[in-house]
Amino acid sequence: MEQMLSPEAQHFQEKIDKEIKIEPKDWMPEKYRHTLIRQISQHAHSEIIGMLPEGNWITRAPSLKRKAILLAKVQDEAGHGLYLYAAAETLGISRDEMYHQLHTGKAKYSSIFNYPTLTWADMGVVGWLVDGAAIMNQVPLCRTSYGPYARAMVRICKEESFHQRQGFDSLLVLSKGTPGQRRMLQDAINRWWWPSLMMFGPTDDASPNTVQSMQWKIKRFTNDELRQKFVDVCAEQVKLLGCTLPDPDLKWNAERGHYDFGAINWQEFWNVVSGNGPCNKERIEARRKAWDNGAWVREAASAYASKQQAKQAVAAA
Amino acid sequence: MNTTIRILRYGDYDAMQKAGSNIPATNSSNHATSTAPEWPLWEVFVRSKQGLDHKHVGSLHAADAAMAIENARDVYTRRQEGVSIWVVESKYIHASNPDEADSFYEPASDKVYRHPTFYDLPEAIKHM
Repeated sequence: MEQMLSPEAQHFQEKIDKEIKIEPKDWMPEKYRHTLIRQISQHAHSEIIGMLPEGNWITRAPSLKRKAILLAKVQDEAGHGLYLYAAAETLGISRDEMYHQLHTGKAKYSSIFNYPTLTWADMGVVGWLVDGAAIMNQVPLCRTSYGPYARAMVRICKEESFHQRQGFDSLLVLSKGTPGQRRMLQDAINRWWWPSLMMFGPTDDASPNTVQSMQWKIKRFTNDELRQKFVDVCAEQVKLLGCTLPDPDLKWNAERGHYDFGAINWQEFWNVVSGNGPCNKERIEARRKAWDNGAWVREAASAYASKQQAKQAVAAA
Repeated sequence: MNTTIRILRYGDYDAMQKAGSNIPATNSSNHATSTAPEWPLWEVFVRSKQGLDHKHVGSLHAADAAMAIENARDVYTRRQEGVSIWVVESKYIHASNPDEADSFYEPASDKVYRHPTFYDLPEAIKHM
């Protein structure tokens, strides 16, 4: 990579190397800006779309306690989406433009949210595995080189740990329940395990942007490193539930000090990413509908605000 | 993905628009649905407890100040992180220019005598 860097670019890379954060008005390479906008807005979209599969169970939670917890969790996801949208906006893209990209399918979100939540056990498994995988990704992002993104991630990580713990907590209850409840639990793990592993993205050799993102310290670990960490942790945790992970090749490798695991079905991953997952259409339609149905509220609030402003101007005159 | 990006950074808002006017829509004039302009952007400052300064925590969109404060409560203080909130429309924030930071802050860099540790005093003086 011996290319001639401009003085600004050189200064920029020196700051990155010295762990000095980049802030909104600082000079940055256009590709750094675009990479961040893509990554942060995708992340924001994932939080927003991520509310939909869980929203599915709010009215059907088995107790008032679980319902209150689920409501709080879904509200957090909305908050996380907002922190991230705001961080992306500091890079010069408008909120409406990001929404537009989401609603027209131009922008992606995490493929995991295109799977359906079929039973109550899915709520716990989503907390344990999906939020668990998200945390694995997000903790290193608290040190990412772009200041507003890093600050948003610190806030998110603080809140996210509740999400994973409440999930595992509800699974522990199921694991001590009736045979039917335990079957439901195992079934949910079976369905969510592989999509959760796909959340870390393509393997390193199929992820051409990783090198640049690592050099810019947007990313701190590669997809495969994080995925391995996740497998190692979950392989132990699943034992506490008296369940298994649906992978016959999963076994401890003492030499590597890691669990070996089976091959991921990347065809399924790309299929879901390109729009053909079980719920892609449903998710985007729900999101578009919410946006369209909210239009009159946004307009009314603007109208009210300008009326009040006019009144105040008259009163002041 | 071919996106045209209009750069609107904190300090640029005031320069680009007059007070009270809305942010011009970005490149996508073909918004599938709503054409209404965005609610303005607000910066949020939260006092975490009595006796401490308000600190910048982030930003959000709202139609007016009252809504901005309510939204800020829901977005930034869900876990009792605050006892007081300030909001200010982002376009009213003026910022120093990072490109001129070196020269702008240079006058303070050679004045070590402004720090108490600059002065060596006799041991006998315990507290000063």
